[in-house]
Amino acid sequence: MAGGDAAMREYGVNQPVPTFDDPAFTRLDKPLSELRVAVVTSAALHRPDQDRFTNSDTGFRALDRADRNIVMGHWSPNFDHTGFQIDLNVVYPIDRLEELASDGVIGEVAPRHFAFAGNQPETVSEVRLDTAPACARELLSDGVDVVILTPV
Amino acid sequence: MSVLAHVFEAAGLATVVLASMKEVAERMAPPRVLYCEFPLGRPLGRPGEAAFQRDVLERALALLDSPEPVLETHPDVIESDEMPLSCTIPPRYDASLPPAVDEARGLRAAYDRAVQRRGVTAVGRAVGPDDIATVLDVLHQWAEGANWKEVALPGKNTVAVCHDIRAYYNEAALELATGPTPGGRAAEAWFFESTEAGRTVLKARESMKAQDAPFPFWFYMAPGHR
Repeated sequence: MAGGDAAMREYGVNQPVPTFDDPAFTRLDKPLSELRVAVVTSAALHRPDQDRFTNSDTGFRALDRADRNIVMGHWSPNFDHTGFQIDLNVVYPIDRLEELASDGVIGEVAPRHFAFAGNQPETVSEVRLDTAPACARELLSDGVDVVILTPV
Repeated sequence: MSVLAHVFEAAGLATVVLASMKEVAERMAPPRVLYCEFPLGRPLGRPGEAAFQRDVLERALALLDSPEPVLETHPDVIESDEMPLSCTIPPRYDASLPPAVDEARGLRAAYDRAVQRRGVTAVGRAVGPDDIATVLDVLHQWAEGANWKEVALPGKNTVAVCHDIRAYYNEAALELATGPTPGGRAAEAWFFESTEAGRTVLKARESMKAQDAPFPFWFYMAPGHR
């Protein structure tokens, strides 16, 4: 059977999406080499000692910069989980960020990174109004300037 | 992803989305998007290829220089490999058992080696590795026509149990597989087309559907296109 990804992309074309009137656009006043960068993913990543994601989980989990023993707790059977199993950087590029920081391309790697679950109720309203703003506050309290968002 | 981008920007953070679905990203229009037509589940493209992953990140970070909203497309397209993984399936050992039960037991050593090596496992959402053969036995009974409500499934949640079965098989398979790094759908193709467990899950799913089980209970036991 062929075309699992094609089927999912086709499905995505017609999915209703929330709209944002007057979207914000943050401008940076420092060069990349002075910025602190974090990863936020929708792959439902968590450490084994943290609560697992439920199948309608609107919350997020914080990963410390040094964590590498991480589980992908996403509930969808419709995308590949083995890439992450082989190399977590293909979803959560934490080692690449460390390299970019040691090479001086970015300023610093953030002390914490965050994971949500991508499988959300259609309106996404809890994430939008509650948990995403809470996550933004955590990122700002860590002095983060830039967030790379990685989906699965 | 794009919802998070909009909320984070409003809070004063600059974001770049590595988008996997172009039309969704276009319609949601977060400020900076690098669309990557890579296998779903592999937003950085290639596991184990640091240089490729770094290139993706550098292209994404370069979008921070744009004075206005921007959506760029990564020049490389990575097709999702649909060819089944090259992985030996254990020979039948106890012919008195349902084939999937026998097979799952045969993969246990490889699974244990995988956990030892990685230090972490995705099995355990509903059941543990010791329960995989048992839940396959129940799914086998459902597949053979048993009533899904009368023959109880340990772990209860069919979707979570099927996740655990697939995770157990994936982790064991990557330990046994030979050849180059498997593509995005190789393990899925192997599981559903080459293993007794995969066939059992699909048959149990059909049987639940025929018994009018609630849609979410059976549909998400396997990928939608199967």
